[in-house]
Amino acid sequence: MFNFLKFQKLYFIISALVIGFGIYSIVTWGYHYSIDFVGGSNIEYRSTKPLKKNLIENIVKAEKGIISNISINNTSVSIQTQPIDEKQELKIRNSIENQAKVKIELLRFETVGPTLGKETMNKTIIASILAVMGILIYMSFAFKGVNFALAAILAMVHDFLVVIGSYSLLSHFFGAQLDTLFVTAVLTTMSFSVHDTIVIFDKIREYINNEGRGNIDYYANRALIETMVRSLNNSMTIVFMLLSLILLGGSMIRFFVMALLIGTITGTYSSPFVATPILVRLEKRKK
Amino acid sequence: MKQLKLFIIVALMAIIIWIDLPENFQIRFQIGKFKIDTKVNPLTIDWQIFNTNIKYAFRTHLGLDLQGGSHLLFETDTSKIKPEDLNDALASVRDIIEKRVNYFGVSEPVIQNIKAGNKYRISVDLPGISDVNTAITLIGRTAMLGFFEEGTDSAKIASSSPIFLRLTKDTGLTGKDVKKATVEFDSQSGKPQVGLSFTNLGAKLFGEITQRNIGKAVGIFIDQIPISTPTVQTAIMDGSAVITGNFTVNEAKKLAITINSGALPLPIKLIEQRNIGPTLGASEVKKSVFAGAIGLIMVLSFMIIYYGKLGIIASMALLIYGLLSLAIFRLIPVVLTLSGVAGFILSIGMAVDSNILIFERIKEEQRKGQKFNVAIRVGFERAIDAIKDANVTTLTVAFILFNPLNWEFLPQFGMVRGFALTLAIGVGTSLFTGVVITKRLINLFYKN
Repeated sequence: MFNFLKFQKLYFIISALVIGFGIYSIVTWGYHYSIDFVGGSNIEYRSTKPLKKNLIENIVKAEKGIISNISINNTSVSIQTQPIDEKQELKIRNSIENQAKVKIELLRFETVGPTLGKETMNKTIIASILAVMGILIYMSFAFKGVNFALAAILAMVHDFLVVIGSYSLLSHFFGAQLDTLFVTAVLTTMSFSVHDTIVIFDKIREYINNEGRGNIDYYANRALIETMVRSLNNSMTIVFMLLSLILLGGSMIRFFVMALLIGTITGTYSSPFVATPILVRLEKRKK
Repeated sequence: MKQLKLFIIVALMAIIIWIDLPENFQIRFQIGKFKIDTKVNPLTIDWQIFNTNIKYAFRTHLGLDLQGGSHLLFETDTSKIKPEDLNDALASVRDIIEKRVNYFGVSEPVIQNIKAGNKYRISVDLPGISDVNTAITLIGRTAMLGFFEEGTDSAKIASSSPIFLRLTKDTGLTGKDVKKATVEFDSQSGKPQVGLSFTNLGAKLFGEITQRNIGKAVGIFIDQIPISTPTVQTAIMDGSAVITGNFTVNEAKKLAITINSGALPLPIKLIEQRNIGPTLGASEVKKSVFAGAIGLIMVLSFMIIYYGKLGIIASMALLIYGLLSLAIFRLIPVVLTLSGVAGFILSIGMAVDSNILIFERIKEEQRKGQKFNVAIRVGFERAIDAIKDANVTTLTVAFILFNPLNWEFLPQFGMVRGFALTLAIGVGTSLFTGVVITKRLINLFYKN
């Protein structure tokens, strides 16, 4: 029988590398925060003709807007500034229309005060901590012991770190913004991670129930082999959905779906290669 | 008995499909002589049962990010109000904003008081609005107190029509001319009323108005809504007036506050606005639905290729799952946002997972040498523990994120809740279709 647990060091190195690089990226490059978290204004226009960047810059400055970023892609324009109000936005739009002789359609205008983002973040963190405690209690109860729950949650923390780290890379190299949708993606990853781990743990629980508390190494390995096909197949179905959303879906959710994809992959990886080795160690220590 | 059961199932499916039909979907084709040109619409209920009218249109409610519209968040300034009046004032601000928004003619606005720490906010969702400038001005503007008298064209309006319809002429006297409004009690009936004392200019104007309207009605309006339409008995020259009506003490108090501040009972400040144009959301929805359909086809093909006949059953269960979820979304109704769609996609993954778990267990039993019939039974039993535990943890997470008790230290609105709600509905539905429906289908197809 193939021994998955023999390569624990390898799994550890892979995880450490991915998480280490991610944390390095967070520390050195950080994120592009969306206005959801730092406040500011976000304007998206579509014009009938391509526009010049410095024209827009001058107009926004004339309206006392402090620009943090302008990007132009053919006829679509996206402008980020310090908070401005709807009257300033209207003036900017009218000025561009007059000066460039184009028609402009307002796709999106958002203004968020700076204090709001922190509040949303804090509430989400509190909710997540409560959710972790809920999982801990339920799993300790269902699996008759705190070790299963602990291992599942540590794997979840692993996945959390992988996702936030990788997203920092996406943010640095491809300009992905850290917004509220990303927070949703992280929450999704966390619940998927536990969901996936439970399937393996259920197998181990079954062996313990049927054959008594025996060799945990052997049980764990057998469970990994028997659930491997299911794990891969299940992730495959989710990956199909997400890949098609990345390739064919709208641009508003592209980075969000990428975060979900990373979450699915790490969630699948962590169940056999992080959660299970941790469980084995915890169970052995008990003796 | 068996036929009755089958009939009920078929009828239920038909209703679900009816609920799920696309909205305003044009069908136009021709077969030989038959021309078909019709619009398909989902089920709409309009029943008269006893004396209650039950009316419900099943349709998809899209969130502001998908449909387009404005989300406005106002923060109230509570520094100048007594703590005991706070709740009244907040409720009254909400009501006034609602009236103003309704006056603007937005369909299905959502206006909520939100407490965050010691801050009191009011969130206003205006779906499908394009002229947000007007809306913001309208919501934040000062309350308009106006005095109206019978206009010259009132002869055209039948004298039997309500009095306020005949009061069409603006007298020019407004809230600016009011020095102070106080709550008083009528000396005879003891009923609460609002007393007004005018400024010098106001007193003069009011004197003239009452002078020329003796025996006629003068209407007192706030935000174009008639508050009181007293009939003038004598000319009032001393610069004071009372507004009577069937007020409770609280209502009279609110009215007095409104008139005094000349605005909302509490000053409000716009701290967040999100305006999404109608085209952005529409193209996102279109692309996402297309991508979702392609993804779903890939998932179904994968299941059929890998699991063969069982895969076909799983695909049927998955399609039933999709139809059922959509019907539930329309029934509740769930407001679908981008994050809600994410929750739904995740639940599709979990729905397939239930089937994969069961099928792998069945295969495992077969490898042990069990006959197919036994393998199915044992496989289901064995898989159910894992399915139950995995889904209960997911439901726990969804429950906490949805924050059903509306605790203020948890997310109270927006995307986290939308995500949690669709995830919970999806997982609940998938438990039903992934286990119950799949079992029925297997029994049905493998009996022979």
